[in-house]
Amino acid sequence: MAEPLAPSQSGSAGRPSPASGGGESGRLADNIVHFARALRAAGIPVGPGAVLDALAAVQAAGVGTKDDFYWTLHAVFVKRHEHSVIFAQAFRIFFRKRGFLDQLMAMMLPQAPGGPPPPPPPAATRVQEALFSDVKDRLKPEQREVELDTTFTVSDRELLQKKDFAQMSADEIAAARIAIKRMVLSLDEVKTRRLTPHRHGHIIDMRRTLRASMKAGGAFIDLKYLGPKTRLPPIVALLDISGSMSDYTRLFLHFLHAVTDARKRVHSFLFGTRLTNVTRSLKARDPDEALAACSASVLDWSGGTRIATSLHAFNKAWARRVLGQGAIVLLITDGLERDPDDRLAFEIDRLHRSCRRLVWLNPLLRFEGFEAKAKGIQTMLPHVDEFRPIHNLESMTELCRALSAHGGQAGDPKEWLRRVA
Amino acid sequence: MTKPARTLPQSIDATQHLLGEADYLADRSLATVLFLALRMGRPIFLEGEAGVGKTEIAKVLATTLGRRLIRLQCYEGLDVSAAVYEWNYAEQMIAIRLAEAEGNIDRDRLSHDVFSDRFLIKRPLLQALEPDTAGPPVLLIDELDRTDEAFEAFLLEVLADFQVTIPEMGTVTAEHPPIVVITSNRTREIHDALKRRCLYHWVDYPSAERELNIVRTKVPGIGKRLSQEVVHFVQALRKQDLFKAPGVAETLDWASALTELDAVALDPTTVSDTLGVLLKYQDDIARLEGGAAKELIEQVRAELRAAE
Repeated sequence: MAEPLAPSQSGSAGRPSPASGGGESGRLADNIVHFARALRAAGIPVGPGAVLDALAAVQAAGVGTKDDFYWTLHAVFVKRHEHSVIFAQAFRIFFRKRGFLDQLMAMMLPQAPGGPPPPPPPAATRVQEALFSDVKDRLKPEQREVELDTTFTVSDRELLQKKDFAQMSADEIAAARIAIKRMVLSLDEVKTRRLTPHRHGHIIDMRRTLRASMKAGGAFIDLKYLGPKTRLPPIVALLDISGSMSDYTRLFLHFLHAVTDARKRVHSFLFGTRLTNVTRSLKARDPDEALAACSASVLDWSGGTRIATSLHAFNKAWARRVLGQGAIVLLITDGLERDPDDRLAFEIDRLHRSCRRLVWLNPLLRFEGFEAKAKGIQTMLPHVDEFRPIHNLESMTELCRALSAHGGQAGDPKEWLRRVA
Repeated sequence: MTKPARTLPQSIDATQHLLGEADYLADRSLATVLFLALRMGRPIFLEGEAGVGKTEIAKVLATTLGRRLIRLQCYEGLDVSAAVYEWNYAEQMIAIRLAEAEGNIDRDRLSHDVFSDRFLIKRPLLQALEPDTAGPPVLLIDELDRTDEAFEAFLLEVLADFQVTIPEMGTVTAEHPPIVVITSNRTREIHDALKRRCLYHWVDYPSAERELNIVRTKVPGIGKRLSQEVVHFVQALRKQDLFKAPGVAETLDWASALTELDAVALDPTTVSDTLGVLLKYQDDIARLEGGAAKELIEQVRAELRAAE
């Protein structure tokens, strides 16, 4: 971080702040400014406006007990419940002894946006191995041929479209990434209860009608109409990152990043044995940066799968926060639960009932003779609205198309259950 | 029956005392935020689980300060005509027809007359900006998370400058800004631009001690033993892995229910019979059926004995 963070002892701020009357209060003002900077470095968005507010607040409340001072600053600086913890730590360290500031920074840096890159946590290297080892192994001669042909011809594209992600070489993955980036998630719109001017609407827009009538001096009334407004529903993606999915994880993350980039409300969660919210990480513009941030925050890459536990965690902590307003849930998993039991059925049922549409994307559908025989899959299938493959670019494009409207028979989960029966 | 208008509290202690007058037992952190909001004239943004007393704060502020309470309940599809203002179209039509009948059609005058204060129907946000003899009103914007993002944008102007712009008329500014309380159950994230204009506070479940005080103040007829057991039972329940932990409102409901049933202490049968007051999800209730409720009661009793 380039900003000088050493606390200054005198009122060196260029612009006199409301509270810096000099002397004691001046030093306090300085301290608040520095504290705000420390908070910013720790990842709490604290603007200059908040600093002025803090000075005004401290002046209004007076510096009484330490507790009151704490809650005064808390009221101004904290705008999210989850920032409370960071604030508490920062406050404790900063106002106990200022020499601790450096330590504070060191402690908080991993979360600081734009700070120097923290040493790669062990998870990141694990991820790299997990994600790339396969690809290198599979650089076989026949695929080299494809690489020689540098121009991206139509036939190549066709090949790429159909190729399973798991069998792609590094170059092909790069090409696939570009293709994914170009995918437009066509827009599944839901009707809201809000009204908007509409040519063929059914409700008379009195306001516009009156205004239009005024033009003619009220001689005749020109009716204007309102119709329902449509809006893109939120998307919530739950991506399985367990060992059995590891061939696909990286490209799915790219897919999620592309989706996050294109739409407003997308929430992404990764799960293996535990659930991690990576929505914020995926918001980074650069896909590599976003994926790096993801891998840093996840501890259970390529491990086992505990679908029921993860869904339980989601249902309990997040469903009520992110599934409002008609969300679509994309559940990306192979459904190979280690020990499927009643809990899985219960949790998937709850998930199904708390969202508008539950789409299960399963890379296992790439196999010609796939049958829904695994216990976990059989448990989950009755509770999803759609069951679709996602293992190559073609299926991904198909998914994008399907998300634009209720896909017909293609994704009907009952079809798969009938085939087994 | 509001009390006469009062001046704003001058310190954090005074704020806590003020809330206490209306039987709202606030902890120090909440009192601090409220005091600052009143003092600095900033909106308060309260977030927390359902039933922890967020809405109650606005009501209590209005009663104790003797101000008018204006409530805007948010819902999906809430728009300007329901929240800010609407024109009285029927009246406007009549006015136009009358002008026509008089043969007096001056377009500019007519539109000026028709879009004037007389034809304006004021909705909560606009009402809150009007001067009031009792002092600026308390504006409660309840469950903001229920509306869509588009509505938040309307609020930005109101919250930052306490003014509303009506295209046909101009800007209406509050002479004395209202006391604004916004609540959210966090069913979605509220945009940072809106939060930035407010003082934020997360309303948490109260500690056992404070909850006991709340129960005893709000349910006057309750016995000492029952109140203690009820509060400790609920506190223990919140530590369980429940889909929806009971809030303070549920504790109070349950305490009154048990008082109505003339209970003096918790017993497993009464608890399972009245569990629906406390827990609102079938699978949460199912968790406590069988021996679980009994075990929990015994655990609570053991804790209480140890504390004595």
